[in-house]
Amino acid sequence: MTTGRQRLIMEKRMDHTDTPLLSVRHLSTNFVSPDRTVAHALEDVSFDVHTGETLGLVGESGCGKTTTMLSLMRLLPAAGRIVSGEVFFDGVDLLSLSEHQVRRYRWKEMAMVFQSAMNALNPVRTVGDQIGEAILLHGLMDRKAADKRVEELLDLVGIVKARKNQYPHQYSGGMRQRAMIAMALACKPRLLFADEPTTALDVMIQAQVLELLKTIQKELGLAVVLVTHDLGVVAEICDSVVIMYGGKVAEYGSSDQIYNSPQHPYTQRLLEAFPDLNRPGDTLASIPGYPPRLNALPPGCRFEPRCHRRIDICATIPPKLIDVTTKDEGGGRRDEDLPSQRSGEGSSFIPHPSSFIGRHIAACHLCPGPEVGD
Amino acid sequence: MSERWFLLKRNLAEFWRVFRRNRMGKIGAFLLATSVLMAIFAPALTPYEPTETIRDANGRGLTFAPPSEHGPLGTDDAGRDVWTQLAYGSRISLMVGFVAGFLSMAIGSLLGILAGYFGGWIDTLLMRVTDVLLVIPDIPLMLILVATFRRLEVGISPTVILIMVIGLLYWTSTARLIRSQVLSIKERQFVARARAIGAGHWHIIRKHIIPQVMPLIVANTVLIVSTAILTESGLSFLGLGDPTQPSWGTMLNFAFARNAISNSAWWFYLPPGLAIVWVTLGCVLLGNVLEEILNPRLTSHHLESEANMVARTSSRPAESGVSGK
Repeated sequence: MTTGRQRLIMEKRMDHTDTPLLSVRHLSTNFVSPDRTVAHALEDVSFDVHTGETLGLVGESGCGKTTTMLSLMRLLPAAGRIVSGEVFFDGVDLLSLSEHQVRRYRWKEMAMVFQSAMNALNPVRTVGDQIGEAILLHGLMDRKAADKRVEELLDLVGIVKARKNQYPHQYSGGMRQRAMIAMALACKPRLLFADEPTTALDVMIQAQVLELLKTIQKELGLAVVLVTHDLGVVAEICDSVVIMYGGKVAEYGSSDQIYNSPQHPYTQRLLEAFPDLNRPGDTLASIPGYPPRLNALPPGCRFEPRCHRRIDICATIPPKLIDVTTKDEGGGRRDEDLPSQRSGEGSSFIPHPSSFIGRHIAACHLCPGPEVGD
Repeated sequence: MSERWFLLKRNLAEFWRVFRRNRMGKIGAFLLATSVLMAIFAPALTPYEPTETIRDANGRGLTFAPPSEHGPLGTDDAGRDVWTQLAYGSRISLMVGFVAGFLSMAIGSLLGILAGYFGGWIDTLLMRVTDVLLVIPDIPLMLILVATFRRLEVGISPTVILIMVIGLLYWTSTARLIRSQVLSIKERQFVARARAIGAGHWHIIRKHIIPQVMPLIVANTVLIVSTAILTESGLSFLGLGDPTQPSWGTMLNFAFARNAISNSAWWFYLPPGLAIVWVTLGCVLLGNVLEEILNPRLTSHHLESEANMVARTSSRPAESGVSGK
């Protein structure tokens, strides 16, 4: 029953030095509206997340960041369908599990920090009750121990224990977001999804929440997938970055690669649209037009209508993923950006051919380089 | 355990603190409490039996005696004490009202939650049934049902028939109300979060949906009870009550049938009518106030937090600057 892919992944688990904790391959998700029109929300999305690594999922609104995350958790709304692809979590294909089986993965293995904490907390139940909810639900502890754990968690995110009996409306915005983080950590997950955890917060509180996420990740050795549209946040805490556009991966590489040598015109434009402290007089670039409608996608490259460097082929043929890694890039990332490699036998590390480690990938006709295989 | 008890006590104290401030709520509670007390202690409030004929010194029945001649509220056409009937009648009226009210509330809440949460064919089926029940006028339908049941002579007491008919017909508006509320709640993000935690339907309904609709259910129960009392009075007035156990509606029926109005025996027909107003007004006032109070979002603000939850000394970097909330 094991497919070739699963065997491959299982073999990869053997050399535990570079097995990704989460490995997403060719994930495609559609939304079917009541009148049967299909919106291709995700197409051919692939990336890896390793233990101890923070991956940033970046893009404009509606480019599929949240859909990616919901697909991975198998929490898509009723209209959403995962049409193809594989999601391996520690070697298990999550997409092949039944709803009942996948429930055991939720929160215990992968937890989530929701975008707006106010809405994600039930207003009529106390915060402590809701943090402990997952622990009791999965039967990990009895009520007394769970109570203790809730206090520990609140302490971890810097909230006074006595506040566990308060209701969400008695918390400030930043505290709610920190309570959400405490909640996400309740069952000691190995993978944490953070869906724009700082979007609704002011800059001061944003910095605190990010700092907290960073500290906790270091302390607990979590893998984190951070969904955001804020490139500053990404630069600050992410090891690697997936730039998404119109439901597809536009560029994927380490933070270093993406920031210092962006290859995709969209990434370049995005970075130019970001203020540079060293050149205060510059006018910020903006990208004309809007992201494509997902039910009326351009036939070629999805960015083509807005691209400043488009050539004829872009309008007709969708670009393939191209490996644009340069020699020095490939080496650099392995040593610096993978925390698991920092300690121990970093030198004996050989990237697996199908792994994304150290590779810089862009989907653009302009980029020279070999096509990325399976 | 002790902590839970402490929490419960604190919540009750909190409830009382808010409730005490609300004049309408206090009036409503007073009206309802007095009538409940009257029902419980009816035998202690009067020396007579409700069916007993009061006789004067010559042994003749004291018919249509005004309050000035006898007791607090005079006597009726058969010489029975009106105050006694009123006290005992409250037992029947309140019992029918409460039991039928709770019954219809239970059915309505259950069906509303199921229909709203699961949607699909369950929803369609339940809502079509409520549509049908909603368009049939209540009182004529109940008249027919009660009359039919009584003709069948199945040996159920008329009071129980009243309870069942009212209880089994009045759930429709509740079901719709709860359903619409559940429809909006189940789309909220905390339900998505509960699913992300790995919760099943039962857990989500129990822990997230029901606490949200509970204020609505509680408040609506009190309101439905008042409707049930009114309906019972209406049906009894039309002669469908149990004549051996007169409720307030039955008393009005007697007063009407025995020409109390043309005999200008106001003490015969005014007290039961006012008693009905008394109880239903109490229910309506209390119901409105309860909904307001039981919703925690309307009670306190985060700036009201107790002092010991504010100050915090910690070396944790994430803490700096927010502690003053």
